[in-house]
Amino acid sequence: MSIYAYLVAGYLVLIGSYGIVRSRHMVHAVVSLSVAQGGTYVLLLAVGYQRGATAPVFGSTTKPSTDVVDPVVQAMTLTDIVVSATVTALLLALAVQVNKRHGTVDPDELAALKG
Amino acid sequence: MTRRTRLVVFLVGAGCVTAMFVLAVLGMPEFGGSHHVYRDLAVHAAVKHRTANVVSSVNFDQRAVDTFGEETILITSVVAAAVLLRPAKGETERRIPQTGRNLAGTRLLGYVLVPITAIVGLDLVIHGHVTPGGGFQGGIVLATGLHLLYVTGSYPALDRLRPIAAFDVTDALGAATFGAVGLAGLGFAGSFLTNVMPWGTFGQLFSGGTVPVLNVAVGLEVFGGIVVLLAKFLEQDITVASSGKEGES
Amino acid sequence: MTALIVLALTLVAMAATAVVLADAPERQAVTLSVFGLALVVVFMVLQAPDVALSELGVGTAVVPLMVMLAIRTMRKDRRERQQQTGDDGGDDS
Repeated sequence: MSIYAYLVAGYLVLIGSYGIVRSRHMVHAVVSLSVAQGGTYVLLLAVGYQRGATAPVFGSTTKPSTDVVDPVVQAMTLTDIVVSATVTALLLALAVQVNKRHGTVDPDELAALKG
Repeated sequence: MTRRTRLVVFLVGAGCVTAMFVLAVLGMPEFGGSHHVYRDLAVHAAVKHRTANVVSSVNFDQRAVDTFGEETILITSVVAAAVLLRPAKGETERRIPQTGRNLAGTRLLGYVLVPITAIVGLDLVIHGHVTPGGGFQGGIVLATGLHLLYVTGSYPALDRLRPIAAFDVTDALGAATFGAVGLAGLGFAGSFLTNVMPWGTFGQLFSGGTVPVLNVAVGLEVFGGIVVLLAKFLEQDITVASSGKEGES
Repeated sequence: MTALIVLALTLVAMAATAVVLADAPERQAVTLSVFGLALVVVFMVLQAPDVALSELGVGTAVVPLMVMLAIRTMRKDRRERQQQTGDDGGDDS
């Protein structure tokens, strides 16, 4: 079962998308989007993992000749986590404004409003 | 389209995606294998530039332009969210209401933990190139440490400690420092964000060239950005109230 | 595939299902925190301490706090809007 990590990553993305499709509240959709993003992080890190290797930080205990896991995917993931937090904040601010203007945040009802 | 139609379309799409994904995964290199080409190249380059934390080296030295782009996304989202959460025409700001009843012990815990968290956050930022950590992580820890005051019940104390204009300036200063270091690299070595400072000894505080400087810049920016965002959300919740019909001011 | 990795990944999948199937967004804020914590465990087991530090701060503290504040603001705005339309209705009649 060595593909279990990739399957869990794919499951996270799919269940997050299912949450967005079936949501009745904009904030619920934004949180499900966060879940889908978590799936991509797991996929990236699973690609870079090596059995028996250690973290890519060298110090007094880890000499530069030991095996480490892939640092490139870790670098991509960690900046993405922080930036996606601020984008989530932007989406939440949009939801707050929509609620103020229209009084509802149900996506089905919003589609019917005009102006 | 109705909810049921949307669900059916989604299930069809998800089925196709699952099938293709499983086929792709079965053809991938084994999980936990030892064939990682980028890892060998990145570790070699990081050791050559004497940066002990290879992830920081990749972020701020080898792929620094990517990080610059992500910083721009960060500051743009903070500005956009702050604009969206301004009090509108028909709203006023009222006085901060009196805090509810908290245990004095909870509030004391907040006051004691704030300086401890601040020191941990600063340590993460400054030593980001020799231990796990860095500008992004340290900035988040600093911002959430400050908001321990709100979580343990003293919003007025948080309001006094947090002049929003100063944090706006901190945010912009961090982004500008990153750009300035990049331009220095352009001026001295011919390409944007080259590592132009002396590389130092492996594992010491002053090693890695521009990596610690960029760590501090990003730490300032993330700290300022997250504090501004949370300040706008808190203001909307606690102090802004609607003062009548829209259109009257 | 050690047992630890399999266990951590299973916990993440369970937490994600709990987040998506929670209907009320207030409940989702807390389950999102738990999901963030499970992700931190997975990242540590996959030998990524930097990523785990990032996710710890963001996924367990900042995003659930913003979600809770957004929900409270929406409720307050809706209550004020109802009070205003209630006043208008009272004046007209």
